[in-house]
Amino acid sequence: MFEQSLENRPCGGRYGDLIQAIGHTPLVELKRLSPKPGVRIYAKLESSNPTGSVKDRVARAMIEAAEESGAIRPGQTILEPTSGNTGISLAMICAHRGYPLKVVMPDNVTGERTALLHMHGAEIVYSPGAQGSNGAVALALEMAEADSSYYMPYQYGNPANPLAHYNGTAVEILEELDDVAAFVAGLGTGGTLMGNGRRLKEEDPDTLIVAAEPLQGELVQGLRSLEDGFIPPIVDLSLLDRKIFVSNRDSVVWTKRLLAEEGLFAGVSSGAIAKVAHRVASEIDEGNVVFIVCDDGWRYLSSGVYTKPIEELEETLETTSFW
Amino acid sequence: MSTVKIPPVLRSSTGGEKEVAAEGADVGAVLRAVAADHPATESQLFSEEGELNRYVNVYLNDEDVRVLDGLATPVGESDTLVILPAMAGG
Repeated sequence: MFEQSLENRPCGGRYGDLIQAIGHTPLVELKRLSPKPGVRIYAKLESSNPTGSVKDRVARAMIEAAEESGAIRPGQTILEPTSGNTGISLAMICAHRGYPLKVVMPDNVTGERTALLHMHGAEIVYSPGAQGSNGAVALALEMAEADSSYYMPYQYGNPANPLAHYNGTAVEILEELDDVAAFVAGLGTGGTLMGNGRRLKEEDPDTLIVAAEPLQGELVQGLRSLEDGFIPPIVDLSLLDRKIFVSNRDSVVWTKRLLAEEGLFAGVSSGAIAKVAHRVASEIDEGNVVFIVCDDGWRYLSSGVYTKPIEELEETLETTSFW
Repeated sequence: MSTVKIPPVLRSSTGGEKEVAAEGADVGAVLRAVAADHPATESQLFSEEGELNRYVNVYLNDEDVRVLDGLATPVGESDTLVILPAMAGG
């Protein structure tokens, strides 16, 4: 029988608003994915955050850090480059707190991301999809340079991003598991890996920190030169034990596998992360492997990845930004 | 000979080739062999100090060589090196 009571009964619940409800996400064992006895795979369902992604933690931490330092005031426009999720999280929080939001986003993300941003009242400036998030970062930096009235949280260089995980996600994992043999997350801004990695290695230096990253479709590698590559300033590669890429095709195969075998309706990047988590789990003798489910599948539904056979998705896999 | 996969952004420097074969016992040697055959790639792949350029990621099969042994990472005959520009998400 479930007897846990709400903290502040009878006043009406644990959380005073939606922003307070960020975090404390479920950690769920995926028994069918376990490759061998003695190795258990757990999914940290960041998709259970209020807007449906791990970026709620990051957006809240960045806005609250800016408020505490006096860097922003109500009514000031927030500007941020994003592939979608951070923008959606910022949009919800900014609407709550009274900050207009302008996001710079590649024009080849799914329609759901655009709809969610509009739904929360954000203005969207599109960058060339062929340049991926790198193009969004470059354009947002130009805009911020040209107009000093913007405040740009800049998730790629903001220490509040990894701190949200150091003080939140990792603490929650350690509250539930006595040991973590390996932690696997996607490498987008680096915040999830850096924040969790530091806290988990403080607890146990032998915990493997493993990055899964996208092998983007060729049409999403439309940079002018390798010099247009971008490594977020918050990334410290020395914290990573392994860094493994996953093709869009394999990401979708594993996204479908999560759905078919565990009933988990996750986003495409989470399929990639699950693939790497399973590989790492196959290579150790015992222990707990934790991986991050970054977001849910709703915002990719129109891409057909859940409903069409993989053979019909080749063009989508080449042209769509999923990370 | 190992196989080196060339990203779209570098193909103008390899005559349009999507992949090339190159000799070498480690990552550095293989990439130097690519640069010798296709000189326009050299300044994109390597810094003036001879290190891998900051925004170039090189993978041995699917693992980033920077978290292995960098340019000294051993390469076998059947291995594939994949060159990619560093791309962000978020």
